[in-house]
Formats: sequence, C-alpha cells, structure tokens
Amino acid sequence: MDSMPPVLSVRGLSVRFLMPGGRRVAAVTDARFDVAPGECLALIGESGCGKSVLASALLGLLPGNAQTAGSALLGDLDLLTAGERTLARTVRGRLIGLVPQSPAAHLTPVRTVRSQLEETVATLTTTRGRAALRAAAEAAAERAAFPADHLDRHPHQLSGGLAQRAATALALVGDAPLLLADEPTTGLDRDLVDRTADELRRHVDDPGEGGRGRALLMITHDLAAAERIADRVAVMYAGRIVELADAAAFFGSPGPRHPYSRGLLQALPDRAFTPIPGMPPELGDLPAGCAFAARCDRATDTCATEPPPGTVACHHPHVPEDVRA
Amino acid sequence: MLELRSITAGYARNAPVVRDVSLTVASGESVGLLGPSGCGKSTLARVAALLHRPDSGTLLLDGEPVRRWRHRAPREKRTAFGVVFQQARLSADPRLALTDLIAEPLRATGRGAEVPGRIAELAPTVGLTPDLLTRRPHEVSDGQLQRACLARALALRPRLLVCDEMTAMLDASTAAALVAAVEDYRAATGAALLAVGHDRALLGRWCDRTVQWDSLA
Ligand SMILES: Nc1ncnc2c1ncn2[C@@H]1O[C@H](COP(=O)(O)OP(=O)(O)OP(=O)(O)O)[C@@H](O)[C@H]1O
Ligand code: SF4
Ligand SMILES: [Mg+2]
Repeated sequence: MDSMPPVLSVRGLSVRFLMPGGRRVAAVTDARFDVAPGECLALIGESGCGKSVLASALLGLLPGNAQTAGSALLGDLDLLTAGERTLARTVRGRLIGLVPQSPAAHLTPVRTVRSQLEETVATLTTTRGRAALRAAAEAAAERAAFPADHLDRHPHQLSGGLAQRAATALALVGDAPLLLADEPTTGLDRDLVDRTADELRRHVDDPGEGGRGRALLMITHDLAAAERIADRVAVMYAGRIVELADAAAFFGSPGPRHPYSRGLLQALPDRAFTPIPGMPPELGDLPAGCAFAARCDRATDTCATEPPPGTVACHHPHVPEDVRA
Repeated sequence: MLELRSITAGYARNAPVVRDVSLTVASGESVGLLGPSGCGKSTLARVAALLHRPDSGTLLLDGEPVRRWRHRAPREKRTAFGVVFQQARLSADPRLALTDLIAEPLRATGRGAEVPGRIAELAPTVGLTPDLLTRRPHEVSDGQLQRACLARALALRPRLLVCDEMTAMLDASTAAALVAAVEDYRAATGAALLAVGHDRALLGRWCDRTVQWDSLA
C-alpha cells in the first residue's frame, strides 16, 4: 500500500475572496497535504478557519469572487484548473463522493430515497434496466446501513440520522476514489456518530473495484469521531494547516505539538472545557508572522516572523519531553 | 420560573412527537435535557420558548398559565425568552448583515435607539470582530453565524435562555467560548437556562442538573 501514489495531493493551495472595496479575505493559505489509498485524514480546526472553503475549492464550488492558487492533484487531474464541464461530468460524484454537512438540504424533498438513489446510479454508473437499477440502489442503501424498509419514504419522513445515511448512500454510489465528508456527523447522537463514522471507515478499508484504494478526507468538529476513525489529523488555524500528525499520537500520548492544537483539545468538555483565550483573527487582516500569536502563551518576539514550514508550523512547538513533565 | 406540565405536542394531530412530558426550570437554574437524535427534545424546547403550541398540557411562566403562543403571545412573555437553535443558517435572515440580525429583536420591540450601544456590548461578549458585523450570513462560517445568533438571543436581556444544540456545529473551543458567554450572561443577570442536546459530557459540565428525556414522561 505504501508504494501506491496518493489519491489526493495538495500543494500550495490558497484561496482568496475579493471583497467590495478591494479587501482580500485569506480563507486558505498554502495548504499542503496528501491522502493515501486506504487512509482517512481528519481536517479539524476552529470555526471559520477555512475548512469548508478548502473542500469547496477541491470540488470547484467556490463563489465567483474567489481566486485560487496552487494545485490539487487527483490522479493526473488538477482540480484547481479543471473546467466546470470536467468537474461536473467526471469529478463530482464520480471521482469525489461528497457527504454533505446538511443532508436535508442535499436530498430532493419531493422524491423518495429509492428514486433518488436509482437516478444517481443511472447517472453515475453503467447500470441500466429497471430491475438492475433497483438492485443497485438497494445495494447502495445497504452499504450505508440505510434500512431497506425506509427506501420508499420522502426525506421529511426521515430522522436526522436516517437522512444522513441516505446522503451517505448517495455519496457512495459513484464508488469514487476520494470521499469528502464535511461534518458528516453533525447533530447526530453518539451512537449514530459512531455508526456513521464506522461506515465511512469501512468504505475506505475496502479497496474497491480493481483494488485501486479509496481515501477519505473528513472535515469535522467532532474530535471523538476523528479519534475513532482517522489515521492522521490536519489542524487548520486562520487558513493554514498548522499541524499534521499521526492520529494516535495526537489524541493520545504525547499529544499535539502546536499550541493551538493543544488549546483545541483542552476545550473539550471532558478535558478542561476552557476556550482558547481571545478571538479568532480576521482573515481579511492577518498579522505578519504567526496568526495565533495574540492568543498564544508561548509567543515570543520571534513569532512575528513566519513560522517554519513542516509538520508543525510553530517557532516553539511542544516537544514530547515537556509534555511528559 | 418555567413549568411544563403533561405537554403533548407534534406536527400532526394523531402522531405527537412529545407525549405527556413534564419539566420544571427554577429561576436562575440551569437544566440540561439529554435525549437521543429525533426523540422530540427540540419540539419541547420550542414549546418551552412559546414558539410551538402544544396539543395539550399546561405551561406556567412565573406561575401564570400561558394561553397564547408564537406572535400571539403577549410581548412581555415572549421577550422573557431568548432562543438559540442548532442550525444557525435556518434561523438567520440571509439578507441581513450580522449587526442587523443581532438588532432584530430590539427593532421589533421599538427599541431601535438602543441598537448601537447594545451591539457594542454584545459583539465582544460572543467573540465577533468588527469586520464580521457588516457581513451577511453567506459570508461567514457557521460558527461565526452562531455567535451572532447568541448575541441576538441576548439582545433583549431574556430571563430564560433556551439553547437547542447550540454548539453542535461548532469546534470545541468555540463551543466552550459560547458556553462561557452564556454563563457570564447568567452570572450577571441571574437568568435561567434550558439547554437541550445529546452530549452528556457537555451538558453535565455546563448545567446545574441534567435530566434524561426518558425520565420525563
Ligand atoms: N463567499 C465568501 N465571501 C467572503 N468570505 C467568505 C465567503 N465564504 C466564506 N468566507 C470566509 O472564509 C473563512 C472560512 O470559512 P469556512 O466556511 O471555510 O470556515 P470553516 O472552517 O468551514 O468553519 P465552520 O467550522 O464554522 O464550518 C471565514 O472567515 C468566512 O467568513
Ligand atoms: S509560532 Fe509562536 S505564537 Fe505561533 S503558535 Fe508557535 S509559539 Fe505560539
Ligand atoms: Mg464548515
């Protein structure tokens, strides 16, 4: 598996929003990461830090006032320069399956889950004929643990958890090499979070047809869900990925190394439940150097200069020794 | 201060989602209501905030039964409540800049003159920076919008806050910050809180007491 090339390879990805009056909002800056076949990468970070914008950039769904730079290679295709026609015909649904944040908004209200699944199968696969479509739709539902006896219901007749599974089933239909899940478990109780997360994990563990491997990029606020299924964690702050870490080391011992990541974990109700002091920075007016400096208890004068690139973008990262002390 | 007695409520007459539920929130108290996805706790929260008329049962506010719901409820009863929902986007008018969103309840009650002063107090309380205040909902993230929705809920200085999964869409630090903002407000005003959700660790840490949905009927 290690010898297989990454499913997604992002280099120097930046997104700027041009605002009225000539202001620029730096929503994503210089993101760099890979997602390997069979891997789940969790992207976490403070609200408004640019996670969803990054996802929209990969799908070509940014609004008109956005400018991108860098590259995001999915196989040989650069998602950032691909035209809308390519994105619509070969990327969305086929190369990237999207598990949306609010399933209710993603399902068509006037049609049953079965009819939406069958239509998606017909659009994204070579399956033809009524009986075959019906069987394929049922198989897709089963993969997402959507109960067969609810297939003839309309979206408003589903609980949040079932609507989430319906949306997940739709995302799995195209058997895309990359699954992109933006907050796939929001609003679900712990049991349903675990089940949804496990379904996504199972999908990634199954290399799929031809054994080419599947990968999952999961954006989430739910650190317990991330801990449950992620292999690696990318932490985003003020548009930058400030730490890339092995999930077990990050959530367990020795713990995160970037001061922001540590603050984020300490804010959990089963840890200190203390928010990171201060307010998130204005992405339209970021300071020079480290954007976290104003809120960081380790900041020094050096932090007014750009932190070094690498897996931890910090001048004074925690090292395993002071974590143990 | 708030007493729900044998409330039955729902969206279709013959299929109530809340059946015969009773719950009391004493003045100044914070109560966490825990229940699984889809159990009906949001519906009960809407009844408690006078936003949804129950099919049967009694709601007492300061010992007085409430007889009218929604816009028909008397103003002094309606304004006793501040409500924050999980889905900030569904509860925010997309045409309004965040300042106007926060000011909505003040303007709706003829207190437009207080807007600038109240915004200046509320924005830092909930962690909104000045550049965000002029943006509209589609130009801010979910967390930024939820901060504005909390500010809107606090605008009229309610005596009871109802928070329905207020932090479900938020990262851990923003969640802890909004909980701290609610608690600062309660410490300053003595307001009571009904927080609804399914995160036991969160509600257990946040509230004076938590009750399990199953134990209410
Ligand atoms: N169309 C837009 N125009 C200008 N700014 C925007 C636009 N869309 C998003 N932004 C800004 O870009 C930044 C990143 O937003 P994004 O939605 O990616 O955050 P996020 O990390 O997904 O947050 P959350 O966790 O709350 O969902 C925010 O500061 C937001 O205000
Ligand atoms: S670079 Fe400096 S300010 Fe930034 S996180 Fe590291 S120590 Fe803190
Ligand atoms: Mg987002």
